[in-house]
Amino acid sequence: MKLITAIIKPFKQDDVREALSEIGIAGVTATEVKGFGRQKGHTELYRGAEYVVDFLPKVKLEIAVPAALVDQAIEAIVQSANTGKIGDGKIFVTALEQVIRIRTGETGEEAI
Amino acid sequence: MKNFLQNKKSVLFLSLALLPSIATAAELNQANTAWILTSTALVLFMTLPGLSLFYAGLVRSKNALSVLMQCFAITCLISIMWLAGMYSLIFTDGGAIQSFLGGLSKAFVPDMGTASLTGDIPETVFFMFQMTFAIITPALIVGGFAERMKFSSMLTFSGLWALLVYVPVCHWVWGGGWLAELGVKDFAGGIVIHVTAGISALVTALVLGNRKGFPTTAMPPHNMPMVVTGAGMLWVGWFGFNAGSALAADGSAGMAMLVTHISASAGALTWMVIEWLRFGKPSVLGIVTGMVAGLGTITPASGFVGPAGALVIGVTSGIVCFYAVQIVKRRFKIDDSLDVFPVHGVGGVVGSILTGVFAAESMGGLGLGEVTMLYQVGVQALAVAVVAIWSALFSYLILKVLDKVMGLRVSEDEEVQGLDIILHEETGYHNL
Repeated sequence: MKLITAIIKPFKQDDVREALSEIGIAGVTATEVKGFGRQKGHTELYRGAEYVVDFLPKVKLEIAVPAALVDQAIEAIVQSANTGKIGDGKIFVTALEQVIRIRTGETGEEAI
Repeated sequence: MKNFLQNKKSVLFLSLALLPSIATAAELNQANTAWILTSTALVLFMTLPGLSLFYAGLVRSKNALSVLMQCFAITCLISIMWLAGMYSLIFTDGGAIQSFLGGLSKAFVPDMGTASLTGDIPETVFFMFQMTFAIITPALIVGGFAERMKFSSMLTFSGLWALLVYVPVCHWVWGGGWLAELGVKDFAGGIVIHVTAGISALVTALVLGNRKGFPTTAMPPHNMPMVVTGAGMLWVGWFGFNAGSALAADGSAGMAMLVTHISASAGALTWMVIEWLRFGKPSVLGIVTGMVAGLGTITPASGFVGPAGALVIGVTSGIVCFYAVQIVKRRFKIDDSLDVFPVHGVGGVVGSILTGVFAAESMGGLGLGEVTMLYQVGVQALAVAVVAIWSALFSYLILKVLDKVMGLRVSEDEEVQGLDIILHEETGYHNL
């Protein structure tokens, strides 16, 4: 099992969720986050006073995936979140030791 | 009768056109009364919640409540002081010192009943209407020292300032004092309100010093929708402020409302266009700030000029106030936090002087009577200069004394934590 953490542009959130649903992934946790990367920030101007905003809003998706679906899931995210412009985000894949469904006590891939 | 004439804010009452109405002025006019009752509510609405929301949105979230609290507490304090003696010191005859200050015969208004009249409206209504002006003036200054002043010092300063600056200046201009005798024209408070508040805000900013981190740290408005909401309320309320200052429901009030609206629109569009050209985008804060500049600048002129004059005054306010903000904040790095001086002070000065120009019949105004434009502009400039110096001097003295007695600022640590939690033990926003 793997934990996929994807940082994406906020407006791509629904596209990614749909793409993941199509390959049979039913559970995603989304968090609104702020990040700093190659996209850099932007400036805001109030009565002529310029403020540089370094951290831009992004959405962080966390998805627990069975080993067999990892490549497909990554492919789905890359396809659906891609705009071709700087700032599309990143995907991190980490090993996932255990998953437990709280209601039933099921563990492992059964619980995903 | 003489006294009543002096009490009128509008010098218009002296003009020939209105002489017939003076003849019947001893009787209650219900139409006028209804309009001034309405205007009173509109002007208080400018402070609560208009200006309060405008200012609260402009500060950082940790100080939002402190600004709301300051405007609220000032409203209550000035109201009681108004009853206790401010009204009397401004609007009663001061005898030997009448040129400079009124008397105390109406302290706590012992003789004012439901039948008392000021002109052709109940004195109670006149009392309340004028009170709302005395309230908003110190509330405007809040923008100069926002986000760093102790609440106790703020309240003491506001009370003393009302007594030592607002009372005499208002008496000079509207209470039959020496500036009124010179023939100064200030229809709704360009000098009495915007010059006094604007200059004093600058002095408070200089005496208190900059907010910690200014100008290197970002201090953007924490809630722009709140700013725009408050600004919209100011605009609507300003109809009571300017059109109410006619003290009658008549054509003068109608013209004052019209020119007020035109100037606000022109100021807003001008500021927006300047930003668009200079920075590439028209900003929301820019358009609403231009509107406030347009409103402040037309205020002294509102009962004296025509629509064309209002258009010129509005456009001028947008240009002059925009550059004033850049100069004060960016070049001189003075932390007049919410730009009270460049918007209200500079707008008040410009409007008060332009009143002398655009009130002339040749400029589409309602006429200057027997004096020349040059004389009128001279009187306006003299009044602005004297009032500016008086406001600056007394604001400075009050602040210096308070600094010795009770201190003006919260500590650096407290400033970083925010005034809401430090001074009021509350926070405006909870992340529940």
